[in-house]
Amino acid sequence: MAASSSEKIDLTGIMVPADLSPSDFLIVTPVVIPIIFGALLVMLRSKPNWQSPVAITGLILAMLGSFGLLQQVIANGPITMTMGRWLPPFGISFTADLMGALFAFTGLFVALSGLFYSRFASTTLERRYGFYPFYMLMMAGVSGAFLTGDIFNLYVWFEVLLISSFGMIVLGSDRVQMDGTMKYAFLNLIATTMFLAATGYLYGMLGTLNMADIYAKLRSTDLQGPAYTLALMYLLAFGMKAAAFPLNFWLPASYHTPRIVVSAVFAGLLTKVGVYALLRTTVMLFGEQRDALATGIAWIAGLTMLVGVFGALAQTDIRRIFGYLVISGIGTMMAGIAVATQTGIAGTVIYAVHSMIVMTALYLTVGAIGRLCGSTDIREAGGVYAMSPMLAVAFLVLALSVSGLPPTSGFWSKFVLVKATLEIGAWWLAALIMISGLLTSIAVFRIWIFAFWRGGPEGTRDGAEAWTRVNLESGYRLNAGLAIGLLMFASFAIGLAPENLLSISADAARGLLHPTAYTDSVFGGLPQ
Amino acid sequence: MNTVIFRTFAPFLAALMVLFSIFILLRGHNDPGGGFIGGLLAASAFAIYGISNGVPAVRRALFVHPMSLAGFGLLIAGLAGVPSVFADVPFLTGLWVYPEIGGVELALSTPLVFDIGVYFVVVGTITSIALALEERHVD
Repeated sequence: MAASSSEKIDLTGIMVPADLSPSDFLIVTPVVIPIIFGALLVMLRSKPNWQSPVAITGLILAMLGSFGLLQQVIANGPITMTMGRWLPPFGISFTADLMGALFAFTGLFVALSGLFYSRFASTTLERRYGFYPFYMLMMAGVSGAFLTGDIFNLYVWFEVLLISSFGMIVLGSDRVQMDGTMKYAFLNLIATTMFLAATGYLYGMLGTLNMADIYAKLRSTDLQGPAYTLALMYLLAFGMKAAAFPLNFWLPASYHTPRIVVSAVFAGLLTKVGVYALLRTTVMLFGEQRDALATGIAWIAGLTMLVGVFGALAQTDIRRIFGYLVISGIGTMMAGIAVATQTGIAGTVIYAVHSMIVMTALYLTVGAIGRLCGSTDIREAGGVYAMSPMLAVAFLVLALSVSGLPPTSGFWSKFVLVKATLEIGAWWLAALIMISGLLTSIAVFRIWIFAFWRGGPEGTRDGAEAWTRVNLESGYRLNAGLAIGLLMFASFAIGLAPENLLSISADAARGLLHPTAYTDSVFGGLPQ
Repeated sequence: MNTVIFRTFAPFLAALMVLFSIFILLRGHNDPGGGFIGGLLAASAFAIYGISNGVPAVRRALFVHPMSLAGFGLLIAGLAGVPSVFADVPFLTGLWVYPEIGGVELALSTPLVFDIGVYFVVVGTITSIALALEERHVD
């Protein structure tokens, strides 16, 4: 029977003594608001015209919440809220440190731009099949993964975003989409199983799932058990999720099949959740084990960069090219994890932010190119420069950014990473970052030359004005322009004024390498 | 499943099962039961009604689409955490009130609201799946 009012239980030692102010609830807003709005959208399934405005309202609110959270974390350091008031490590904690809050804010910003794009581009059928609810629940999963302070809960958020992403990637149910979905789903499930198995071992070994507690217990003197095995299993699981070499093959096999906006947010966000989880586990929790694996991680990083960029050079479909560039970017971020000095981790954090923004924007431009040219193959596309100069400007900025050239966010992220590798004397890793940047610029400017400069499809004579000029509907131009413009300006603004992001990421890296503030925010002020 | 006995009996059985599922849902906090198992019971009630009287009859009886029920469940499960904002305690903390109705003290709480949400999510999803399976018998 339920307890009655006459029974009074002494809660000290069971529950957190809490006296919160409303601003403390900012930490749950990036997760709870998308869930609530996603649920509303499920209920509004039969009203396709309401879907988009409701979803945009929800994500704006969630983004404002995450922005407030970021400001709070910058001002006061990591913030912890343990769900249901149970005492950590038994209750499930949400802990927002600088890296988590920064990623959550960037992720929601990018997702909001994707929603603007889909406002016109999504069909009524897709809306009825639940595109928007899936989108919102995926964002709840992404934000939850960034903010949770409990490793099993991280697994749960991975599942939430994965299941929603299955729903989104199969939307449309073409033959080729089914094929892409099978590869995506199967390989991601293997990685998730590995993650779960590793977490099971970890729990068996340490008896805790709270990350702050894991951090402390892994460093206690009487540690018994295979910590190196665990570190490797996490590296394997999250490396696969992030599409690092040699487990990268699922990404180019599936990312070119779904709707453009789905590819865009997947490329922007989902692999970055893998990178985030790598940072959280290998760098923060298994720091000592990571040091021993550093050479291996550096090799993985270098090979991922090269495989990605060579793959991009070999492709002719623009979406496939970008799929390989995502992989190359993952390699660059892994280089920072391999170095794991404060500068290296800071470089990875900036690169992840940059990559979320720029890869999403690039995929969205492919949508516009496809609509203008009727094809996303560079042999059949052409004349975009004349048809849409605005798109050409946006693409140029984004191409500079993804190649790591100034004045864009890509330059600063690669700059910090190269600096970090040179500081520890890993000149070959620095050289690989530079070479992959050079080859990336060849891959993207090949698109620029063929799809933008050439007058029409392959075989069009120079100077010929024979192409068919396509005018897009004004609704599409407005919404796609808004989405791509927002992301492009974000990349450009970071390129021109990087000081804020540089200092935030340096602090985030310090917080990750010396997480005393993180653990204090979980266990500080508790009766031991 | 077109026997007269089953068709006559199934509506009563379904009604009884829905009633029992609500009983299971409400006793769930400290005793065996709860939203998940209650939702499964209710969903099997609708499935049985669908087998005996056809899927259109179930859809008419439910008024709303089962997926909307699931969405409603997720919504109130999410909202069950919101009262903790006003009580200055962490999200999803169980909050209890004990109103006295007709001389009987009633224990109401946010975990109950959450559990009702779970109930609707399970009813909605499982019923959707069951009805979709029952609808596609000719192909």
